[in-house]
Amino acid sequence: MKPVATLKALRQSTFLAVALSLSGYAMAQTTVEDAWARATVPGQPATGAFMTLTADSDSTLLSVQSPAAKDTQIHQSTMKGDVMSMLPVDEVSLPAGEPVVFDANGYHVMLMGLVKQVKEGDAVPLTLKIKNAQGEEETLEVNAVARALNAPDHAHAH
Amino acid sequence: MNDFPTRRRVLAGMGILGLGALAGCGDSNTLSFKYGKDLSNEILGRTFRLKDPQGNEKTLSSFRGMMPMVFFGFTQCPAVCPTTLARAVQAKKLMGRDGDRLQVIFITLDPERDTPEVLDAYVKLFDPTFVALRGTLEQTAEVAKEFKVFYEKVPVGDTYTISHTSTSYVYDSRGVLRLGLSHSLTAQECAEDLLTVMEVC
Repeated sequence: MKPVATLKALRQSTFLAVALSLSGYAMAQTTVEDAWARATVPGQPATGAFMTLTADSDSTLLSVQSPAAKDTQIHQSTMKGDVMSMLPVDEVSLPAGEPVVFDANGYHVMLMGLVKQVKEGDAVPLTLKIKNAQGEEETLEVNAVARALNAPDHAHAH
Repeated sequence: MNDFPTRRRVLAGMGILGLGALAGCGDSNTLSFKYGKDLSNEILGRTFRLKDPQGNEKTLSSFRGMMPMVFFGFTQCPAVCPTTLARAVQAKKLMGRDGDRLQVIFITLDPERDTPEVLDAYVKLFDPTFVALRGTLEQTAEVAKEFKVFYEKVPVGDTYTISHTSTSYVYDSRGVLRLGLSHSLTAQECAEDLLTVMEVC
């Protein structure tokens, strides 16, 4: 009987550890995957960064900041007829559990006034400010790794 | 990969139809493309005169014998411009040896910020055979008008972005406009239609 009890105790403690670690991550309600930026040629003053964001409750991306550029904004590509526009948006809705893809055809992070050339493999630090449904703000630090300027856009590769 | 008809097979097909007797170019006024838009009856971009980054003046006839594919953009464009150029690289590869005749021409809509140096480095990084062309602001406006290309500067913070027509314009080797490829098409779809242009001339 004793070994079983021990096992039970072990299970309980394992459960506790998991619960503790979960509570430790309670604030991290949004996950960021596949963050990348497009490398530039020398003298090119701007580029884009892309990623997939998934929030676990209905949230809003409020802003993105980066020390790599003088001005960082969230833009959205829209197609009207055959005219492509890339315009700033104030915020981006992140519905609970729904991955929101930042790519060439939709939302993307615009890094304008680059402080230096972005080379392939460089880590471009991004700070994401996100507000959840309760109005609590969280800050996420993400490194967008630079891919080659001529890298294909993943979402576009049908 | 190569599930589209080879040039030879299509030429043979044209022979059956009695059109293949001509050694050079076909005379058809319209073409049927699977994905792109037939622009054979449009007259666009016939008289542009712009400079390449080395300062050489280029016109459409500078590319005679090649199949020019003209695209408008600007290097600070984060999305549609690099993806269109990357797609052109892929399409060229998919076309095999015929791809050697595809001449990609990138015309900047942002001559103020796209210096010849930046432009050259930018297009050559995609493919060393790609050509960038640049004019003054006035020339740029004229060329866009000639192509019926819409573009508009949109202020963003203390800088600006540019909304613009994202179509690629394809000419046959005699300089006759043939095909418009929209941004939404894949490299494979573009390659198939580009080979159709090559069958004509």
